[in-house]
Amino acid sequence: MSIPENRPLIQMQNVNKFFGDFQALKNVNLEVRKGERIVVCGPSGSGKSTMIRCINRLEEHTDGHIVIDGNTLTDKVKDINAVRREVGMVFQNFNLFPHMTIVKNLMIAQQLVRNTSKNDARETAMFYLERVKIPEQAQKYPIQLSGGQQQRVAIARALCMKPEIMLFDEPTSALDPEMINEVLEVMVDLAKEGMTMICVTHEMGFARSVADRIIFMDLGEIVEEAAPEEFFDNPKSERTKKFLSQILSH
Amino acid sequence: MSFDLQLIIESLPVMLMGIGITFKLLVISGVLGLLLAICLLLMRISGLWYLNIPAQIYIYVFRGTPILVQIFIVYYGLPQFESVRESIFWPILREPTGCAILALSLNTGAYVSEILRGGVLGVDKGVLEAGSALGMSAHQKFIYITTPIATRLALPAYSNDVISLLKSTALASTITIADMTGIARTIVADTYAPYEIFISLAVVYMIFTFGLQKLFGIIEGYLGQYTKRE
Repeated sequence: MSIPENRPLIQMQNVNKFFGDFQALKNVNLEVRKGERIVVCGPSGSGKSTMIRCINRLEEHTDGHIVIDGNTLTDKVKDINAVRREVGMVFQNFNLFPHMTIVKNLMIAQQLVRNTSKNDARETAMFYLERVKIPEQAQKYPIQLSGGQQQRVAIARALCMKPEIMLFDEPTSALDPEMINEVLEVMVDLAKEGMTMICVTHEMGFARSVADRIIFMDLGEIVEEAAPEEFFDNPKSERTKKFLSQILSH
Repeated sequence: MSFDLQLIIESLPVMLMGIGITFKLLVISGVLGLLLAICLLLMRISGLWYLNIPAQIYIYVFRGTPILVQIFIVYYGLPQFESVRESIFWPILREPTGCAILALSLNTGAYVSEILRGGVLGVDKGVLEAGSALGMSAHQKFIYITTPIATRLALPAYSNDVISLLKSTALASTITIADMTGIARTIVADTYAPYEIFISLAVVYMIFTFGLQKLFGIIEGYLGQYTKRE
């Protein structure tokens, strides 16, 4: 798969992140162009989630530069909100608003953040619920849906904001095995449509078929960065080889 | 020992004449206390030390002293100050009912603010992060996510405090107020029949409590719709 030569949407330069004395990110450099699909993998505690959470400032980086579509991430609330409007995020635990019906979950941020009218917000919500194939659940509460359905709702909720970039933080890790595919299918469709995506995931089949680039992280560093064929068939670093042998041995 | 049923039948209607005052003390103190509790809560979670610390001191003082003592301080203590007697609050503080409402509100406000804070702390952080990721501001998250979820979480403990407040209103009888307990004490002084009178008084409070329990049960069911799988 060729890497599209589009403008860079995400630029991280020499980013470091500390939690107290613990260094979660070490000198991370990353550039993601429009339309690129990146998969981030690595052992637990390697900084994968921290890295993507820095992109929409759910975590504050300690130093270095992060520029999202021309907006530099600083302390300014205005800059942070500008970035968050462009960046959708899907979490491991879905994080739907438990006290709102599914359709309300999809409408609320449109109305509050985009100032969309109620009717337009509802229309957009139903459009994306159709896309993730669960329009019939619109009036239910999250607890009444299966994990796979909840995660599809979460994806639809992020898409309602018309983001330029989608971040996925281990979107299938909390799911029962039989529900993983329905979520991956939605993600594959998104990738086909050209959405710029960064996915932290352990789904190596998905990584191989969808990713333009795979990033392997360990101990807060980007250890290896390569196209899928290269990454799986000819990994360079010993740490990558060890990781791959651990997760692909069964 | 005999049990004078006739006396109960005769004195119950008299005691029930005080139910209006008991109800008034409960509702006004409950509402004022809740408003105070919300202010204290916002101070506690503001992240600003000059709001947080005074709220903590307030809560400590009012939870750390008996409510009866607080009622006495307001009723017997405050009128000693000329500034109080000349203030616009004097028409309220001159009346025992005003004093009782003030003391009960100040007291319940301290407890309820901590109950509400428990609710706020119980809101899942991930859900708030989802709000942030969608671009919602801190205010929007507080109003549309934290408040409804925290209210639901705090409700059982809050209903407990309201029931407790109902019983605390009985202390108002110590500063001459003729609530149900005040009337009962007067009847006992006249008839020397504490057994019959106080038992029937206790039953009246239990019925009152039963009504409150039912009311909060209904509110809980309504606010908790989203917690039921079907």
